[in-house]
Amino acid sequence: MPSKKALVHGRVRFALAAGFAVVVFGLLSVRVARAQENADCITCHGEKDITADRKGRAVSVYVSDKVFAASIHGALQCINCHQDLEGKELPHESPLKKVDCSSCHEAEVKQHAASLHGKAMKRGDPLAPSCASCHGMHDIRAVKDPRSPVSPLKVPFTCGKCHKEGTAVMTQRNIHQDHILENYSESIHGEGLLKKGLIVSANCSSCHTAHNIRSHTDPASSISRGNIAKTCTTCHAQIEDVHRKVIKGELWEKEAHVLPACVDCHQPHKVRKVFYTQGMADADCMKCHADGSLKSKDGRSMAVKVDDLQHSKHLKVACSQCHAGVNVSHTRPCETITTKVDCASCHTEVAQQYVKSQHGKLLAKGDPNAPACTECHGTHGIEGKLVATSPTFPTNVPKLCARCHREGEKAAMRYKGTQHGIIEAYTESIHGKGLLKSGLTVTATCTGCHTAHGVLPKTDPESTVNRANVPATCGRCHHGIQEEFEKSVHSEMAGKTDKQLPVCNDCHSAHTIRRADADGFRLDIMDKCGRCHGEIAKTYFDTYHGKVSQLGYTKTAKCYDCHGAHDIRKVSDPRSHLSRENVVATCQKCHEGATRRFAGYLSHATHHDPQKYPWLFWTFWGMTGLLAGTFVMGGLHTLLWIPRALQMRRELKAEEEAEERAAMEAEEAARKEKE
Amino acid sequence: MEGTRRYALQYQRFTRLNRALHITMIVSFISLALTGMTLKFSYTSWASFIAHRLGGYEGAGFIHRSAAVLMFGLFVTHIWDLNRKRREEHGGSILSLVFGPDSMLFNRRDLTELIGTLKWFVGAGPRPRYGRWTYWEKFDYFAVFWGIFVIGSTGLMLWFPVFFTRLLPGWFINVATIIHSDEALLATGFIFTVHFFNTHLRPEKFPMDTVVFTGRMPLAEFKRDKPAEYEALVAAGKLEENLVEPYQPVVIRGIRAFAWTALGIGTLIVFWIVYAMVFAYR
Repeated sequence: MPSKKALVHGRVRFALAAGFAVVVFGLLSVRVARAQENADCITCHGEKDITADRKGRAVSVYVSDKVFAASIHGALQCINCHQDLEGKELPHESPLKKVDCSSCHEAEVKQHAASLHGKAMKRGDPLAPSCASCHGMHDIRAVKDPRSPVSPLKVPFTCGKCHKEGTAVMTQRNIHQDHILENYSESIHGEGLLKKGLIVSANCSSCHTAHNIRSHTDPASSISRGNIAKTCTTCHAQIEDVHRKVIKGELWEKEAHVLPACVDCHQPHKVRKVFYTQGMADADCMKCHADGSLKSKDGRSMAVKVDDLQHSKHLKVACSQCHAGVNVSHTRPCETITTKVDCASCHTEVAQQYVKSQHGKLLAKGDPNAPACTECHGTHGIEGKLVATSPTFPTNVPKLCARCHREGEKAAMRYKGTQHGIIEAYTESIHGKGLLKSGLTVTATCTGCHTAHGVLPKTDPESTVNRANVPATCGRCHHGIQEEFEKSVHSEMAGKTDKQLPVCNDCHSAHTIRRADADGFRLDIMDKCGRCHGEIAKTYFDTYHGKVSQLGYTKTAKCYDCHGAHDIRKVSDPRSHLSRENVVATCQKCHEGATRRFAGYLSHATHHDPQKYPWLFWTFWGMTGLLAGTFVMGGLHTLLWIPRALQMRRELKAEEEAEERAAMEAEEAARKEKE
Repeated sequence: MEGTRRYALQYQRFTRLNRALHITMIVSFISLALTGMTLKFSYTSWASFIAHRLGGYEGAGFIHRSAAVLMFGLFVTHIWDLNRKRREEHGGSILSLVFGPDSMLFNRRDLTELIGTLKWFVGAGPRPRYGRWTYWEKFDYFAVFWGIFVIGSTGLMLWFPVFFTRLLPGWFINVATIIHSDEALLATGFIFTVHFFNTHLRPEKFPMDTVVFTGRMPLAEFKRDKPAEYEALVAAGKLEENLVEPYQPVVIRGIRAFAWTALGIGTLIVFWIVYAMVFAYR
């Protein structure tokens, strides 16, 4: 960060120090007439040909008193900086100690020491810049002075001394960017500064800071991923207004690891108003990638089908906008790409949902089965969900999800819950039929209930299919029903119980939802209600209504025909279908002419409860006694009879045989008589 | 012997109307039992199967109510016949009809015969000399009377609940359901076991006593089964006028086929009841 505050602070300190020095100097010049005045130094150093020996080389040590007087330090004494000369006899010995600027500019020197430049200096790198490398020595001028090498207009050239192509720094040191100065001067910032003379346009130090220059990998750097947004927004303060989706308030600064940084799109040094066309032309990519046989090292096809792109939703999006990280200065600009396509660069909100979803969590864990964006949306041929050929078009959604969630597929294999044959069940359900047979694209598809990007297991309280959220999820389409349900005894909002209350899918199921007037549903409902209301459902089956239902017929009254379906209420509630006010009308729905007495029929009666239904209890046992008595008597009578009857049968047979024999004998006798 | 027997006259025990009523009763009763049981034992797959064969619960219900109307019809016809009998055979006297020697009403003689029969069963005495109606036949007769009254009246309540609840409390329909259903169970169970044995399937009459269908029985059997009646007829010299020619064998075969069918269905229903109450009860 170019700490403005620090700069201001520095200037104030400098002014104070200068003032103080003037005062001290004034006092000294009065009291000590023989001190080392600047004139004393100039006596020798004002000679143009004065040299000193530096490691065997003769180096000029000439100081122009005019230049020095014009410099920002002009009012200072030489010994203020060359402190080791204080009190020394003149001429002094050579060489002098290096001037330490920190005696006045402590903060700047400290920053410099921690910066890349300072560290290099500490290592003894001969190319490392010291204060003087940028600011000059005796000719040092104020930043605001256009003649200063660190004035805004000069900064690019000052930095460029080392950071332009071909310098020792660029060739011998590890600098990641290339053509920095050229790129900068063509960028919008460079153009503003150099061509239009706008000194407020960003120069090198605006982004890299003047003294605290650090590597972009250093978190403390002004250009690190975490800080770059802050750095850019020092000037582009209102940038959120045009980058609403990406930034969304402070998201950019808070979640820099998720969101793209400025430089991901607006490449450093090359920043233009429209960056896309600037970076890579699609045609350049297609030079290689139109080749159908192009393969990556690991054998994946790298070919891009032009046809795919033609109907793609991203037709107007340049390759490099998604495949970020290209570098046009390379022969293969794409070789600098190190990251996968990150759709979140543009689709921020969706990506936020996805990251929290089950799919996203699995992907983050590195699960090979986890679907990323492209799994559902495709790649280059991506189409919007309103296009009928898109895999995310409503009628295609079940097929899309089925790729993993059909029985036997990878998602269904790892699923340990109770829902099976999901796709087949859905296809036969009312929603599936509505979608696939009637072609109603507004029908609930998989994503209708589970959401497209926020898919979560039902156990997750955030899930749209979590018990607590199911009524609201169904209510997105069935709003009227939801309103009714929320007033019913079954809703958390109205029902007061510590037992688990039912939600939509407890009666309607999840994937096998049928029409409520279909036979299957009408016959199933007793079991559904009976899961909680077990006793009362059992007694229902003791009545005509229940018995006919049990035979498999739907016409007799089922639970909800009397109790209501979604508007079910306590019988004591006057709004209940079975309240005193309404019960007769409820019976009359089927039994025309039913009276209040008729409504006294016990539709859940049992003959097993002598306290509650003594009449039924005693009638039942009376009848049972009559039955038992009659059968015991009749049975005994019959059993006792059987031996006698058998005996009679034997006697009869013997009698018949005797008769027959007698008759035959008589016949024989008659025949003989004739003869 | 065969030849002589074919033409041997037989004793006519039942009138044409009696026989017609009994056949009607069989058809009606089996229909009622079969359709009614589908509801009573609706929890068995049997019930569902039969209900679906009979045109659903509505079809079965229609058959049930039609058979009930038929039953009411034969009941009224029988009462009408009794009234005719009162006029023609008892000189218009109800007392003669009710307390006469051939009355269906229980009397002291039935008690003696019951005791005598029980003694005979245990080998403590001879077989009683039964008259025209034995006590078990009278029991069966009055069981039908009672059954038609009890089952019929409760059945009407279930048929017209809206009408009956103008007079009776709603829960009475529940009571009527229990009475109707259990009394029907009693009737069905009793007819298809005890009655079948007592009158049709006794070993000495094997394979089947068809007198109620033919209306006539061989004289020897008559003499053996109802000695008291036989002797009374002979003494009064009225035996001859009650003798008729037997049916042709083809008619007998038809009658037997019908009787066996009815008996078969009845037995199946008994098996079903036992299964439903013992093995599938809930």
